[in-house]
Amino acid sequence: MSETANTANTASTANEAAAEPAEVQAPGRDASGEPGSWGARLRDAAVERWRPIALAALLLAACYAPFQLVPFRVFQLTMVLVYAVALLGLNLLVGHAGQISLGHGAFFAVGAYAAALMLDRWDVPYLLTLPVAAAVAFVLGLGLGVPAVRLHGLYLALVTLSIAVFLVPLLKRFESVTGGSMGLTLTKPAPPAWTGLAEDQWLYFLALAVAVAAFLLARNLLRSRVGRALHAVRDNEAAAEVMGVRLPFYKTLAFAWSAMFAGAAGCVYTWVIGFVSPDSFPVTLSITLLAGIVVGGLGSLSGPLLGGLFVMFVPSWSQDINKAAPGVIFGLLIIAVMYVAPTGLAGLAGRAAGRIRRTLRRE
Amino acid sequence: MLEVRDLTVRFGGITALDGVGFEVRHGETVGLIGPNGAGKTTLFNCLTRRYRADAGTVRYQGADLLAVPPHAVAALGIARTFQNLGLFPRLSVRDNVLVGAHHHGRAGFLSAGMRLPGVRREEERLRAEADGLLRRLDLAHVAGHPAAGLPFGTLKRVELARALAARPRLLLLDEPVNGLNSAEVAEFAGTLRAVRDDFEVTVVVVEHHMGFVMGTCDRVVCLDFGRKIAEGSPAEVQQNPAVVEAYLGTPA
Repeated sequence: MSETANTANTASTANEAAAEPAEVQAPGRDASGEPGSWGARLRDAAVERWRPIALAALLLAACYAPFQLVPFRVFQLTMVLVYAVALLGLNLLVGHAGQISLGHGAFFAVGAYAAALMLDRWDVPYLLTLPVAAAVAFVLGLGLGVPAVRLHGLYLALVTLSIAVFLVPLLKRFESVTGGSMGLTLTKPAPPAWTGLAEDQWLYFLALAVAVAAFLLARNLLRSRVGRALHAVRDNEAAAEVMGVRLPFYKTLAFAWSAMFAGAAGCVYTWVIGFVSPDSFPVTLSITLLAGIVVGGLGSLSGPLLGGLFVMFVPSWSQDINKAAPGVIFGLLIIAVMYVAPTGLAGLAGRAAGRIRRTLRRE
Repeated sequence: MLEVRDLTVRFGGITALDGVGFEVRHGETVGLIGPNGAGKTTLFNCLTRRYRADAGTVRYQGADLLAVPPHAVAALGIARTFQNLGLFPRLSVRDNVLVGAHHHGRAGFLSAGMRLPGVRREEERLRAEADGLLRRLDLAHVAGHPAAGLPFGTLKRVELARALAARPRLLLLDEPVNGLNSAEVAEFAGTLRAVRDDFEVTVVVVEHHMGFVMGTCDRVVCLDFGRKIAEGSPAEVQQNPAVVEAYLGTPA
């Protein structure tokens, strides 16, 4: 018996010893390639840190784009950013916390209407409408997160879908507040004179600022204890609870935060469009948003942006291809993407990036 | 440290645990053995509050454990592993271990979202601790790898690391060497003995592997059909006719 103990102890000590040199080796491997050659070292550094470099390049391009494109294209890009913010929220809930919502269009609408009412009734400065609209959606999400604690899968999908279904009649019913079917028309935020920007460009930069802030918020959240707890809930609820993760707390707050992002996106939507009506937020908006995040890439940080592109452009493309049946084309495109890229466009992009990186390393 | 008295759990007409009682003293390693379906895992699920006990008491460090909500058990210093692995497959090995340290963190949604300085410091501290554990259990080389797809023996160590990340005083291991080959069993036994002494944990281990139980446990409790049929030193229990009968059946 003591013999086994000794062998085992020796084995574990040997393992520790083996682990040490591996640790020392690791930093050395990064800078391998041809030591001394600055070009190679620079390239290796670029290959290793491609993510921040790609992000910086993307941000630069995003700041440059509105000065090169016609106003209509700038508007389209603005809407991509708006949808991306909503999808960041939906991704938090569906991709990271493993819950489902078929009613995120409703949170989007609530944010949009909250901003519209503030602008229309009380002449609130438009920048102030953003936190208020987000807060309203947050509170609503908190309330609707309560069923999420008890419901799973299809049952939760049904409850959230019903929210999206009854929203449109509700908005039409309270005509005195919401303007009914006619909706509310508002003046869009005017660019401050010092910027020298046109209206479409100013709106674009507002949306970009909100999108960048939302992206940073989501990224920080997901790389923290909270993000890990959400992932744990998604992957194995029972084990998460044993680790001390309070399931009701994390599920409800995931709903609330997710709704808050959708509400903020809705608010920016109101700024950009300058008009809200019940028919702007049909049930199909909720379903398109869910399709957008699944196609974009669940649980990945670039998924919402790719999903935003999808939500913005694919329905109008399908309209161009065949005026009679845009729904059919839209559906077929979703099927095609899921067939080629089962982990979404983000997964596809990730695999492509990995391949490029390996090729560069081998050179 | 742990006092189980008259613990009874029923599922419909089946009595999974029938008046089980035993004690675990501080610093001990107690083996829980018995044929399949004897109620060993049910007992663990009671201790971690996944199952509600129909009768009986469990006292842990003098307090009533059955009055504690499931998510608060970890904060009391009780950690467990699962019979068929309860890892988070899509999380990296390091993140799995970090979830184990969940109740040692304070960061909430807002502070984490803004990445306040306190959150950053806390994260660095937790990461350093997790990396220390990963090195200790020879897992540093797979730290960034998702748990899914790693060899079974490695995953068993990951689960042990995750349980230890909670800095437990009482460690509940559910068949930790089930499915490992004999070399891996010996290695795991060595690792367990070493961490038990280093981390000063009390261990309750459910295991069928008799060599492992004999080599690591100070005392053994044997269950059969939800009842305790024997308790004593490993050698005593192994000789106990009731235990032999439970495992091998009565002579024809």
